[in-house]
Formats: sequence, C-alpha cells, structure tokens
Amino acid sequence: MTTSRSIGLVTAQKAVFDTPITLSSGVTLPRYELVYETYGTLNAARSNAILVCHALSGNHHLAGRYREDDKNPGWWDNMIGPGKPIDTDRFFVVGVNNLGGCHGSTGPSSIDPDTGQPYGSRFPLVLVRDWVETQARLADLLGIDCFAAVIGGSLGGMQALRWTITYPERVRHALVIASAPKLTAQNIAFNDVARQAILTDPDFYGGDYYQHGTVPRRGLRLARMLGHITYLSDDGMGEKFGRLLRSGEYKYGFDVEFEIESYLRYQGDKFSDYFDANTYLLMTKALDYFDPARHYDGDLVRALAATRAGFLVVSFTSDWRFSPARSREIVKALLDARKRVSYAEIESKHGHDAFLMEDEAYQAVMRAYLSNIANEVHA
Amino acid sequence: MNAPALRPDLRHIADWIAPDSSVLDLGCGDGSLLAWLAANKHCQGYGVEIDVASVTACVAKGVSVIQSDLEAGLSGFEDNAFDFVVLSLTIQAMHNVEGILKEILRVGRTGIVTFPNFGYWENRWQLLIGRMPVSETIPYEWYNTPNIHLCTVYDFERLLKRLGMWSTGRVVLHQGEKVDVLPNLLGSLALVRFERA
Repeated sequence: MTTSRSIGLVTAQKAVFDTPITLSSGVTLPRYELVYETYGTLNAARSNAILVCHALSGNHHLAGRYREDDKNPGWWDNMIGPGKPIDTDRFFVVGVNNLGGCHGSTGPSSIDPDTGQPYGSRFPLVLVRDWVETQARLADLLGIDCFAAVIGGSLGGMQALRWTITYPERVRHALVIASAPKLTAQNIAFNDVARQAILTDPDFYGGDYYQHGTVPRRGLRLARMLGHITYLSDDGMGEKFGRLLRSGEYKYGFDVEFEIESYLRYQGDKFSDYFDANTYLLMTKALDYFDPARHYDGDLVRALAATRAGFLVVSFTSDWRFSPARSREIVKALLDARKRVSYAEIESKHGHDAFLMEDEAYQAVMRAYLSNIANEVHA
Repeated sequence: MNAPALRPDLRHIADWIAPDSSVLDLGCGDGSLLAWLAANKHCQGYGVEIDVASVTACVAKGVSVIQSDLEAGLSGFEDNAFDFVVLSLTIQAMHNVEGILKEILRVGRTGIVTFPNFGYWENRWQLLIGRMPVSETIPYEWYNTPNIHLCTVYDFERLLKRLGMWSTGRVVLHQGEKVDVLPNLLGSLALVRFERA
C-alpha cells in the first residue's frame, strides 16, 4: 500500500457562467461565478471525477496548501490526497465554493452589475437544488458527464442526496455523511437563533452593511458560538475542557473564566473575521428548506425511486445535531426503494464535527468503499 | 468473478438458497456468504452487522451492509422484503430469541438459522462429569461466553412449532461434515430452514 501524502500546493480557479440561472425562489441571476479547486487528473474516459460538496461554512479549498508557509491545509485534508481515502492518485477531485458563498463565488458580498454595489440584501435565497444545478453546469464545463461519486457531510450530504435525485444518470455513487433527509424543528430552531443574532445586530443594516462600512461581527460571532456548541458533544467538550478555569479560581464576574468560554469566543471571533454574515443567513436557510420528499407528498421512498447511485451513508454516535437516527431514515428509505446502500455508524465522541476528524474506523470504511469505486471506473 | 470457497456451514446455507433470490444476512460478518451468493447465484440483498470492522470488510467485498444491532429488531426492513433471511451462529447470543425469529419471518419468506447444538455428545459428556461444556462450536468458558441461549436441535424445533412456524429442512454438521445418524447426539452445528406454518 502506498503511504498517504499531502497533496502539496494547490491553486483555486474561477469559472464564469454567462448563461442566466433561474433559482428556486424565482429570481434570475444573469451571470455568476464559481470558484473551485481540482486535484488529481481526469482520466481519458472522464470516469474518475469526484465532487466534494461543502457544508455550512465550507468552501472549495478541500486539501493541500496555497503556500509553503500556510498554517492550515484545506478543510478535508485528512481525507483527500495521494494514498488517502479519497485518493487523488486515482480520482480527479473537484471542490467548489457554492453560489451565495463568500470565498470567491458570486454571493451577497459580490458586486451586483446592475448597481455597481454589493448585492447585500438583494441577493436571492439559494436552495440545495440550485447548488446542484450550478455544480452540474460546472461539471459540463469540466467535461464530466457522470461523477464516480458525489460526497458530502452535513449540508454537503444533502447536496449529494439531491444530486442522485435530480441527476440520477450523472452520479455513480453518493456518500452521504452525518446528514439528514430534512431538518427537525429543533435544528431549524437552532438555525433561527443564529440568524436572529445576526439580523438584530445594529451593524447589520438589513443586510446592506457593506455600504455602511460595518460588519455584524457580534451577531456572526454569537451565531458561530451557538453553532459550535451543537457541533460538539457534551462528552467531547467535557473531556477537552471540563470545568477548567483559566486562572484557577472563580472571579465572580462575566469575563472569560472557564476554558470553554475562552474557546467558544475565540472560535466566534475567528469566524467573524473571515465569514460573511449574509452568506451565513443564506446557507442556514438552505439547510432549513431542504426536503427532497416535499415534491413527493413527503414520501422519501418515492423521491429516491428514480435514483441509480450506490449509496454509502455514515453517521457518528455522539452527533446529536444530525443524529444517527436521521441517517437511518435515509437508509430505510433507500432500503424500501430497493437501492444499493451500505450504512456505517461510527463510534465517536466528537459530535457532528466527527465527520471532519481523523478516525481509523471512519477512514477505513470510506477507503474500502472508494477503492471499489476506483476499480469500477478503472481509475 | 468467483468469490473464494465458503466455510462448510455457509456452503450448506448457500445450497438452500435459490438463484436470483433476495437475501438478508443477519450478523453477516465479513459478508462472505452474500459475496458468494452474488457471484455464483446472482442473488442480491443486504447484510446486517454490528461490528464496524466487519462492516468495512463487507464494503470492501462490494456487499451492501447496514450497521445495526439485531437486538433492536429489523424495523429498517419492510414486511416480506426478502426471499431468504439468514441468521448464522448468532441466535445463541441474543437476548430476544422469539423476537428475532418472528422478525425473520416478518421480513422474509424463508428463514435459515444455524446454531451450536447443545445436544452434541461432547457437551453432554462434559456436563455428566460436572463441567460446563467447552467445545469446537461453543469455544468459551462459562464466565466469558457471549452465549446465553443454548439449545439442542429438538429444543429449537419445538420453539418453532410454538411460534407457529415449521421446519422445512435440517442439516446437522460436525467439523463441516454432514451427520445423518443420531444428529442431535453426533452433530455439533445445526442448520434449520423454516417458514410460516
């Protein structure tokens, strides 16, 4: 077996689409851009392409580094690279920043050609199916008729699922990780608290904060702190932070005392430095709206009836935001629809974030499944 | 592609399964049986397995597998979804034996169960000299055994009858060889095929 290595230095690319797209909300964008990265080589048969969809706060930078002195590699560097489970020696891997994003793709902070100002509040809501549509157009541009696999965790898993329904002939396999067929009321509630934090920030200006030279940092920071709590598990948090105090004793005040407070504030601050508040609003709404069974009288089995992909569904035991029970709903619907599906429920204490972590059992099942795909497409 | 040769007990199970059937293999281990049935009899189906390393082994073989605890039942599967439901060398370690037998014939037309035969003479002999049996098919000491519901061939068939099921086939093996004479005494491993009466 080859040892796994880092993919090394990578660069992002930009695709410009001049064909207008009418989104699910009815709004038409005359022109838009998507930023993406690719790793590995598309084979002559163009059969070895894998699309990796990003989650809520994700982007196109999956693996590798931009510069030698880059502190952090792409967000899924432990999974993608030469000899890694998503093996770039065999697959051609595509990562894309979704429409509405804030890492180069057209989004709320981009300049609206009609006004010469950032879109801001005028940027339309984008649904998961709209992302799949734009990703399909990117695939056309790259000469990919059929993906060997579409892979995603969380909101990314929803995109993978949607791909199999909208384009059954363009997906050989879908890997749906730590995801759900639709959000629960509790999940929507969490998202709305996060949104309210942003919407009520005095620096938000109805979404047009760009013109006011402000950023709703406080709101974004709170939204991320809340999100972060729900992505971890009580056990994982307890093990890492417990009730550790920074100074070793109670200060009887509201400054940072417990280590967990310090950690959450740091994460919130970091996030508000690089993420756009309007994009956060838009992405959480896409999560809330996702429900592929909606157009089939709520029957997920019927929604999946025409899919042709083989499925690997993975969940993590301590994930309570997208619990194993939600993954089992997807599995049950696929079984009832008589589809090829495998399901792994990985023991982990890392909560929802587990899908981004290095874990032997998780990586082994991913590696086994992807290795079969590579053989199937002669990669 | 031919999968490698099967373990003798699995081979006997495979003999009972008709070509082109749908098969659910409960406690499917590394997926050997399903891989063999797919390659040699064009059967399709799913394995159910609790151990993640075994799940990975199934995935590596291209076998569709669902990681799940059988004790929780088979609620993921619809009524009459399968032609055959196999439960191999697992029932003796389960808490709810009656429950799983009912579930097998809810989701499948024909059930196939294999278990170590407690009536095997070596087991009887060890009890006679005052010890808990340890043998090839029951290779545990009393204090570390996962087996909580051991039975003889006769016991098992009596339970089937009580549940309104009937045995449609029985093979008893010892060291992979079929035992035709005094099977409940001379066989260490039993295979029973059953349906709704």
